[in-house]
Amino acid sequence: MHIWGLLKKMSSILEIKNLNVCFGGIRAVDNISFDVEKGKIITLIGANGAGKSTILRSVSGIVKPTGGDIMFEGESILGLSPDKIVSKGITLVPEGRRVFPNLTVLENLKIGAFLRKDKLTDDIEYVYSLFPRLKERHWQQAGTLSGGEQQMLAVGRALMSRPKLIMMDEPSLGLAPLVVRDIFSIIRTINDDGITVLLNEQNANMALKIADKGYVIETGNLTLEGTGRELLENNSVKEAYLGKSK
Amino acid sequence: MNIMPYLIRGLATGGQFALVAIGYTMVYGILKLINFAHGDLFMVSGMLLIYLVADFPTMPIYFSILIMIVITVVIGYLIEKCAYSPLRQAPRMSVMISAIGVSYLLQNLVAYLTGGISKQFPELPFLSENIRLFGVKDKISVFLSPILAILLTVALVFVINKTKFGMSMRAVSRDFETSQLMGIKINWVISVTFAIGAFLAAAGSLLYFSKNTGINHLAGSTPGIKAFIAAVVGGIGSVPGAVVGALIIGVVESLARAFDLADFADVISFALLIIILVVKPTGLFGEQVREKV
Repeated sequence: MHIWGLLKKMSSILEIKNLNVCFGGIRAVDNISFDVEKGKIITLIGANGAGKSTILRSVSGIVKPTGGDIMFEGESILGLSPDKIVSKGITLVPEGRRVFPNLTVLENLKIGAFLRKDKLTDDIEYVYSLFPRLKERHWQQAGTLSGGEQQMLAVGRALMSRPKLIMMDEPSLGLAPLVVRDIFSIIRTINDDGITVLLNEQNANMALKIADKGYVIETGNLTLEGTGRELLENNSVKEAYLGKSK
Repeated sequence: MNIMPYLIRGLATGGQFALVAIGYTMVYGILKLINFAHGDLFMVSGMLLIYLVADFPTMPIYFSILIMIVITVVIGYLIEKCAYSPLRQAPRMSVMISAIGVSYLLQNLVAYLTGGISKQFPELPFLSENIRLFGVKDKISVFLSPILAILLTVALVFVINKTKFGMSMRAVSRDFETSQLMGIKINWVISVTFAIGAFLAAAGSLLYFSKNTGINHLAGSTPGIKAFIAAVVGGIGSVPGAVVGALIIGVVESLARAFDLADFADVISFALLIIILVVKPTGLFGEQVREKV
């Protein structure tokens, strides 16, 4: 194998190979391949229904792909159950936050570490240091939090499993611009702490600014890739996703 | 008139219904399914003990009871695995119809095996003995029922609210998919829920049938319906609610007897159900989780 190809392979934590997903005859993901480099922030941008969520859900084992392969740290994780995938170090912050409204904030954090048997105190402190608001509200039922707080909780909950790769599905959806800025700065902090981030965003502008690499997904196909800066300056991206005319 | 014996017997029946009602309420809480087969499982459990005692007369009774409980739990587990688990993605109505099917299957299977003849529940040491307490003379099982129901409920509420497994139960009851993302094996949680429900039904059947000793293949339907009403009155999905509901139903029916209205006992419990549903549709302890989006 070519030496650069080999090096690239070693540095990528997640490889999606010819992934195909069908729902009742409709091809949601059509033969997509891409790599997620270790320690980087990778973003998938694209319109609603382009298949971005389906890719993340396939990686986490919720959706069963119809073809292709998903490799994590060089091993195939295709067909593993969601709990096996979590224990390998992959976690998904689902779209719409999906905190458990009937559990307290602290319980939501603890349940994020469901598969761990060791002590959680340090991790809980780490999450509280990222999101001091959660500490203030640790006794409240998560259903009573505001949307932004719930998003923080969803991210904190995902971190509790000590992931190597954290995937986030539309973390800014439905949040106020100020809160969105907070969330993105936290994504950076998490990444600086060594966790690889795979980010789905419709807010392409914010996502591409923090991303090392971006992929554009359109109706189940990968149409464009490049560094965050390259895509920000790309004319078709500008037109389609950044709301700027040529 | 001395009301004490009626009160005590009411609490006893209430306690027995409570043990069955918890099975309904827990399964509803997690699967949003009314497990119509639960009352029949209760009957099967009583029938099992009759056959165990009759077929193995040399076996110590405690051992028979233990085997009866184990088999009941296994049946509860198998019902879920065979009749409900394959329908996980199906509409709720299909699962409910499957539950009705299991109910009839159990009833008819027992009718076939017994020839539809009523069988006599064995005399149990301790439980079937008579004692006098608070000026009331009755079987020990009568006095023990409410106490046992409350002790088991406290234990169960502790498990649900304070342990890691209970936390996963509460999570699964809200959101299957996100629970999976946390690494929870939802099928396992559901199986354990059915096993707990079956265990409590077995305990309830020991107490209930040691007082009401004639069992036929329909013996589970009335207690089953009453327990279900109790679960709804208390707020289905809530374990303490089911117990409070069951104690209320038990006492109300027994008091009806005290005032010579025995024939109206069922009317009164169903009327109570309707009133509670009209006034407070979520039941006494029904939770209304505040949700902000």
